[in-house]
Amino acid sequence: MTAPTAPPELVQLLTPEGERVEHPDYDIDLTAEEIRSLYRDLVLVRRVDLEAVALQRQGELGLWASLLGQEAAQVGSGRALTDADMAFPTYREHGVAWCRGVDPLHLLGLFRGVNHGGWDPYEHNFHLYTIVIGSQTLHSVGYAMGIQRDGAEAATIVYFGDGATSQGDVNEAFIWASVFNAPVVFFCQNNQWAISEPLEKQSKIPLYKRASGFGFPGIRVDGNDVFACLAVTRAALRNAREGNGPTLVEAFTYRMGAHTTSDDPTRYRVADELEAWKLKDPIERVKAYLFKNQLADQEFFDKIDAEADQLGKDLRARCLALPDPEPGAMFDHVYAEPHALLAEEREQFTTYLAGFEGAQ
Amino acid sequence: MTTLTLAKALNEGLRAAMDADSKVLVMGEDVGKLGGVFRVTDGLQKDFGEDRVIDTPLAESGIIGTAIGLALRGYRPVCEIQFDGFVFPAADQIITQLAKMPLRSLGKIKLPVVVRIPFGGGIGAVEHHSESPEAYFTHTAGLRVVACSNPVDAYTMIQDAVRCDDPVVFFEPKRRYWDKADVEFGAPGLPLDRARVVREGDDVTLVAYGPMVKTCLEAAAAAEEDGRSIGVVDLRSLNPLDMPVVREAVERTGRCVVVHEAPIFSGLGGEIAARVTEQCFYRLEAPVLRVGGFSTPYPPSRLEDHYLPDLDRILEAVDRVFGY
Repeated sequence: MTAPTAPPELVQLLTPEGERVEHPDYDIDLTAEEIRSLYRDLVLVRRVDLEAVALQRQGELGLWASLLGQEAAQVGSGRALTDADMAFPTYREHGVAWCRGVDPLHLLGLFRGVNHGGWDPYEHNFHLYTIVIGSQTLHSVGYAMGIQRDGAEAATIVYFGDGATSQGDVNEAFIWASVFNAPVVFFCQNNQWAISEPLEKQSKIPLYKRASGFGFPGIRVDGNDVFACLAVTRAALRNAREGNGPTLVEAFTYRMGAHTTSDDPTRYRVADELEAWKLKDPIERVKAYLFKNQLADQEFFDKIDAEADQLGKDLRARCLALPDPEPGAMFDHVYAEPHALLAEEREQFTTYLAGFEGAQ
Repeated sequence: MTTLTLAKALNEGLRAAMDADSKVLVMGEDVGKLGGVFRVTDGLQKDFGEDRVIDTPLAESGIIGTAIGLALRGYRPVCEIQFDGFVFPAADQIITQLAKMPLRSLGKIKLPVVVRIPFGGGIGAVEHHSESPEAYFTHTAGLRVVACSNPVDAYTMIQDAVRCDDPVVFFEPKRRYWDKADVEFGAPGLPLDRARVVREGDDVTLVAYGPMVKTCLEAAAAAEEDGRSIGVVDLRSLNPLDMPVVREAVERTGRCVVVHEAPIFSGLGGEIAARVTEQCFYRLEAPVLRVGGFSTPYPPSRLEDHYLPDLDRILEAVDRVFGY
């Protein structure tokens, strides 16, 4: 097993060493404040993720899907969105959720088992997590067709992984988006592993090249480079909003952690691979760039670290305080309109429970 | 009053729904210029344009998945699945996403999507064109499932389904598409979740829906000549069931036979039999019997007359229910 290497067509604007490089098609002009803000996002998102992993290990969450290593792909693309754009995540887009303004506590609710989602998708234009692989790609294309019919200045972005590209729904979504010229950005985080299956089990060609067969452009970007992810996604979204149709962005990255907290990656991948990707860490390169260019001092980094610790602490406390739902809550929201069968079952169950009142 | 076929009544109902609400869309395979293989959407694209009557790529999961996305954006898509046996590629989007997403959002999301499915046999078709998959969907919480049996109901039920804020799987009895009746435009119908007693009877109650309602009425007419008074209930709604109407009809007769084309085993008839037994136990003169398809895949069309419940199979069950 050799470590995957990035081919030359990869769009990169910031090297793993923190050197700024140019790209003929994608450039980005960020102020020092914007770069510091991206750095803050990356650190805080990683901290939320680490806290959630710890909460799972302590039995407070049933499961967690860690984003470790994919912070730049998520923050870069997430920060490219306008308020009017709509994002459709998988179950790992905690970084995108952060950029959209979703309280991380809402993400924990699902993994703690107090609900199946529960945040308002319209409040932050961030759809619910979708667990079945690839289904949300079709939802995003349908939503984009709605944007077209409304004549609105907006686009959708839909997240999925390398494994999802084998799903029929994803391929159908590519076709639909292409023939209807829908304003959608397909953002594939190729983190090299679909649980235990390496990319070779999903594709014989680089994933971004799939797009050409469907009739729209595909671009591979360094998924650990937040500048490049921001620049490429921004351009793809603008293109979509301007009526030029879909783009497939393949963010070439690596899942540093397990698939979920239930997974054991030591059974299927070698430690060398992990070590190689550690050198491409998405946060360290931004930190190096800020340092080298004297855009931030130690005081700034200490302040962000302290904010991250406080965020983690606060999140932990609020997670532990999440109440279990009332038993009758399972009957809520199954239907929008009155439903005789559900009403009957709810009443029977309520009566049954009431029979225990006062019992020892 | 206008005399319409069931297919035309659906067409007029869709037209009225699209006139009433600009967010209503029609989408599916061949629904545009062709007007659908059964012409249910005939002329709609010409009058409402390609943005509202959408000829889709040939992918059923894509039809339902994109309809969900359109509904998330505030539209009310009416999807046509061309034939019953073609719905299964879309089963994941219907069962896993359409049915469950509103609950997942704790009510923030409403998905007013209608999935129209022509169902049932009797037209001499090839494999996958004659099935009755309703039980797969009645088993799925979050979906409403209905079946129309005649032009008058077809006209109002499709409009009510479009207006409903829940996802509705709408079964159309394809062998009855050409049946005619007088339909009054603009007239309201029975609510979508209500059953109707279509024939009063004193001796036995037949419970049916979709294409079997007409067959049951024919059986009841034939039995009348033999001096038996048979009542017929058209369920209309398969989930939820309108049990008060079924119960009243069965309590009047003390005997109940459920009739559907779908296989008897694990079919809707079993659910109805159980509920009738629970609710009417002391009034029943005999166990609830079921007439339906066999535990075989739908047979080649040269055999379908043997597979499908007909007047004789229903009357044979009526005889048996009197044998207790």
